[in-house]
Amino acid sequence: MKNGYWAILVGACAFLALMGAALGQDAAFRAHFWIIFSALAVGTVLLLRNMDGTGKGRDTPDGYMDEVIRYGVIATVFWGIVGMLVGVIIASELAWPALNFGPWFNFGRLRPVHTSGVVFAFAGNALICTSFYVVQRTCRTRLFGGQLPWFVFWGYQLFILMAASGYVLGITRSQEYAEPEWYAILWLVVVWVAYLLVFLGTIIKRKEPHIYVANWFYLSMIVTIAMLVIVNNLEIPVSFLGVKSYSVFAGVQSALVQWWYGHNAVGFFLTAGFLGMMYYFVPKQANRPVYSYRLSIIHFWALIFLYIWAGPHHLHYTALPDWAQTLGMVFSVMLWMPSWGGMINGLMTLSGAWDKLRTDPILRMFVMSLAFYGMATFEGPMMSIKSVNALSHYTDWTIGHVHSGALGWVGMVTFGAIYYLTPKLWNRSQLYSLRLVNWHFWLATLGIVVYAAVMWVSGIMQGLMWREYDSNGFLVYSFAETVAAMHPYYVMRMLGGLLFLMGALIMAYNVIRTIRGDVRDEIPMGAEAPAFQPAE
Amino acid sequence: MVQQMSNANQVLGFHSKIERNVTLLLVFSLLVVTIGGLVEIVPLFWLQNTVEKVSGERPYTPLELAGRNIYIREGCYLCHSQMIRPFRDEVERYGHYSLAAESMYDHPFQWGSKRTGPDLARVGGRYSNEWHVEHLKDPRALVPESVMPSYAFLADTDLDTGLVAEGLKANRIVGVPYTDDEIKNALADMKAQADPNADTADLLKRYPKAVTGDFDGNPDRLTEMDALVAYLQMLGSLVDFQSYQPTDGER
Repeated sequence: MKNGYWAILVGACAFLALMGAALGQDAAFRAHFWIIFSALAVGTVLLLRNMDGTGKGRDTPDGYMDEVIRYGVIATVFWGIVGMLVGVIIASELAWPALNFGPWFNFGRLRPVHTSGVVFAFAGNALICTSFYVVQRTCRTRLFGGQLPWFVFWGYQLFILMAASGYVLGITRSQEYAEPEWYAILWLVVVWVAYLLVFLGTIIKRKEPHIYVANWFYLSMIVTIAMLVIVNNLEIPVSFLGVKSYSVFAGVQSALVQWWYGHNAVGFFLTAGFLGMMYYFVPKQANRPVYSYRLSIIHFWALIFLYIWAGPHHLHYTALPDWAQTLGMVFSVMLWMPSWGGMINGLMTLSGAWDKLRTDPILRMFVMSLAFYGMATFEGPMMSIKSVNALSHYTDWTIGHVHSGALGWVGMVTFGAIYYLTPKLWNRSQLYSLRLVNWHFWLATLGIVVYAAVMWVSGIMQGLMWREYDSNGFLVYSFAETVAAMHPYYVMRMLGGLLFLMGALIMAYNVIRTIRGDVRDEIPMGAEAPAFQPAE
Repeated sequence: MVQQMSNANQVLGFHSKIERNVTLLLVFSLLVVTIGGLVEIVPLFWLQNTVEKVSGERPYTPLELAGRNIYIREGCYLCHSQMIRPFRDEVERYGHYSLAAESMYDHPFQWGSKRTGPDLARVGGRYSNEWHVEHLKDPRALVPESVMPSYAFLADTDLDTGLVAEGLKANRIVGVPYTDDEIKNALADMKAQADPNADTADLLKRYPKAVTGDFDGNPDRLTEMDALVAYLQMLGSLVDFQSYQPTDGER
């Protein structure tokens, strides 16, 4: 009867969703709640068929709780491929607009599916499952909360489903990276509080005197994201049975609250959380201690203090008051230092282990990830300088910058963690193939380089074309001409994304074969290097 | 040197307390991440010069608001900004730079962050209704270089006329000064604005400068196209720049 109460709870939620589908005040709400009802009904049936919880029998009751992490690893790979695939699709839509199949698959509706898909579904699942893994190992205790981690996992998947299906149906607040409507956010808050409880509870019952540095980063991520999401989503629904709500903030205040949220979704979700991941997996994979304990203290507090100020750099030269823009710029430039503190601490952890890069493509992924982290956190402060931003804002340069961080840093560190975790979680002696990891590494790296370089060129070109005057003082280009000039770059950008997606597909294959327990017959990495000749 | 060492050790000593106590860690990190937001955001609500004093700005008509909801639903902000920066090229291309007052009734703002297409902050009145309808149906028929998706389905979709007054009420709760009169007449105003034969005197009294008449080329039907074009045709057209005087230090 372990699952009895959960079956009742999920069944009750399914019933409520059915009521929503029946009584909804607008067509979008009814359609959305049919989808939510279907998901919950399937969940109820699955729970009823498995009342004694036997499906979760791989873990011993007093050992680490790892089955939920296994699900998390699979969900991360799955959502990663979905999110990246939608990215390639919308990149193609920009290159060949005939591919817009409206209304459901128009660029405007699919683009949030891509951004939420990679940020919240792929990276979010990676954060949740690695934090569950890391907090148990570094606290030497089982996850707190009984079945609560399962609620966090499935609750979060339901949130992703609500968000993504909502976008396709046109249910969006049209605030970047904060698109889900009020009821999806209410659900997310419930799930997130449960996540905080699991994480805090596990730390409280730890068997180690110290809280390991990775957990500082994870914890600050969980707490800060809660604050940001709640404030940025303060809104009044038009009807409790309708999709539409109006934000309590308007105009300039709405803009700054949104970018305070938006920049720190980057700063905490995609940076602090992933630094937590880095602080566990890089030392483990390199088999070296973290380079500097003092540096980790300094850059942790400096990073979380400074990041929160940086939001206004998204609003340079807008109607936001100048003092706020200047504050945002100054703090963004200062942010460079703690960001590089993290990069240095990560890279220097490899001191004395650099030779492993030759034979270990997983470690190579971590190093490339840190290199892109350093590159993106240099580029970001530079772009936050007002005179640079005057050129870069509104152009593809911003898109390129985001992708060097997202593909390079977040993507690579996540891939590394997945390759580390999969054999351990499924009790395999090794991955199916390290050579395929190497293929993934090069496809991904090449994909990012193509993507970022193309967006630099197109972004700067676009910015320069918009502001170009001829000798008579007339604007040289019409807007439409600048759009036409983008076409070859949009094609190349799509190809860059496609390379990255192909790498992820190879990873999915490698993970599946590893789970099945297969080992590929291949020459070990590094074995082809010429043997050193003895000195004569 | 010795003094410095002992200071550093004190800091590390204090930090080792934080590292052993998750409540301290939680409270300190929450405090640290709150400061920046408080300093930057809170003053925007009480500094009087954050939003300029202008004449002409008014809340959206029910039809314009419905059009704005469609603009939001379709994710137009992903490719179109509504924020003209004070640069020579932008002012020549799009018109007077945007004022904070021009989005004071926008819950939420739609300034955007990317210009795959042009800025729309002052698109109102720039093109005819017919141009907008044709362009939304088939963008490349009018602008061959365009990469915009087709929005032909808007002309085939009846505008949802449920929850119109409720929408205005929700806006009033968040601070838009809709009157009881405006809320009571919301549905009638919505229909009148797109009906070429309607008496629009009351509507124009409530919402000065509202553009009225048939928008989508089909006067018999109130469609989503009517609403979206009505919204586009008023963008950036309300503030009276004849009487607007930028003051020093206003921003």
